[in-house]
Amino acid sequence: MSEAKKFMFLNRKAPYGSVYALESLEVVLISAAFEQDVSLAFVDDGIYQLVDNQKTDDIGMKNFSGAYKALGDFEITKLYVEKESLEERGLTIDSLMPLVYEDEDDDWEEKPSIKIVSREELAGIMEEQNIVLSF
Amino acid sequence: MAILHIVNKSPFERNSLESALAYAKKGSGILLIEDAVYAASGKTKFADAVKACVGDVKVYVLDPDYQARGLGEVAVVDGVEAVDYKGFVDLVAQFETTQSWL
Amino acid sequence: MIVVIGLACVVLGLVIYYSLWHSGKSKLKFGILVNEGPYQHQSADSAYQFTKAALENGHEIFRVFFYHDGVNNGTRYAIPPQDDRNITELWSALQEKYKLDLVICIAAAQRRGILDENEAKRQGKDGDNIAPGFRISGLGQLIEAGIESDRVVSFGD
Repeated sequence: MSEAKKFMFLNRKAPYGSVYALESLEVVLISAAFEQDVSLAFVDDGIYQLVDNQKTDDIGMKNFSGAYKALGDFEITKLYVEKESLEERGLTIDSLMPLVYEDEDDDWEEKPSIKIVSREELAGIMEEQNIVLSF
Repeated sequence: MAILHIVNKSPFERNSLESALAYAKKGSGILLIEDAVYAASGKTKFADAVKACVGDVKVYVLDPDYQARGLGEVAVVDGVEAVDYKGFVDLVAQFETTQSWL
Repeated sequence: MIVVIGLACVVLGLVIYYSLWHSGKSKLKFGILVNEGPYQHQSADSAYQFTKAALENGHEIFRVFFYHDGVNNGTRYAIPPQDDRNITELWSALQEKYKLDLVICIAAAQRRGILDENEAKRQGKDGDNIAPGFRISGLGQLIEAGIESDRVVSFGD
């Protein structure tokens, strides 16, 4: 296979109200097997996918928020959260699940996967991608 | 890498045009298809926002969708270029990557 | 006289060579992602029109991948009114003409009841409903389409 491509999965939809967030996560997990340069971006209502303390018992739907915590184990370590979308929703990084990965290049030190970036920065990161898939 | 941003929702219904406008950097393109073609009409309250980005960003409207919605006689925002499906294909080829604001 | 004809041949040859080289260069490989079913949203129509236009203009379609409700493009049991377009049949016809690779995501298909013969058997269901020209496969086929294609274009809600 030729050089790894840069894949960005852009999430702009809230969980539960529609299936996009769940099925997007399924694509992301599969992508890990292809050894590409994968990142996730959370913009607009996509921010709500990462909110901590989701409880779905009373709506009869599977709480899949735990799966985001497994991303680090799949070496998916770049989760960009857009600062403006976060603030517009009255949230801070403390409202989000604490997602981490172990950095193999740094003595397996535990590091945060979530990076808060401005819209401007994220637009720049998006321009570096080969493939952007938006769900 | 220059991105072709594809928007398919009416700006009256969703914020996808707003997001695309915020993300479109100089040299990139925005293509309005399906219900997003209403944003290409020079008559709506979004016309100024679209006009403001024309220049740094190339804005295109998918004419078959524009015609289908009875807008054929309505002038598009100054600087917006109409394309057919072949033009859509050419744009995807011309820009290095695409991002659909679904 | 012979010199003139010879020169003309050389020039003509160069022109043909250049145009072939040029047309070859501009042809790309596209991957198409369809995230919505037919009729409810225009996205399946848009994806079809785009795919058809790309093929008619000499581009290659590496794969059309159907995900989310997009898997509903691939059931042969839909019966739209006679004066309406039949999107599934349009896809099947395009597949036959251009030998398109139309792939339905297995995980999304199982949720929504789209089955081929093998899957129906494996799941103990009493019949299949996949339309001609479509095949069911895994999500990896979408990632592969991203790796192998020059461009990926998504259509959805």
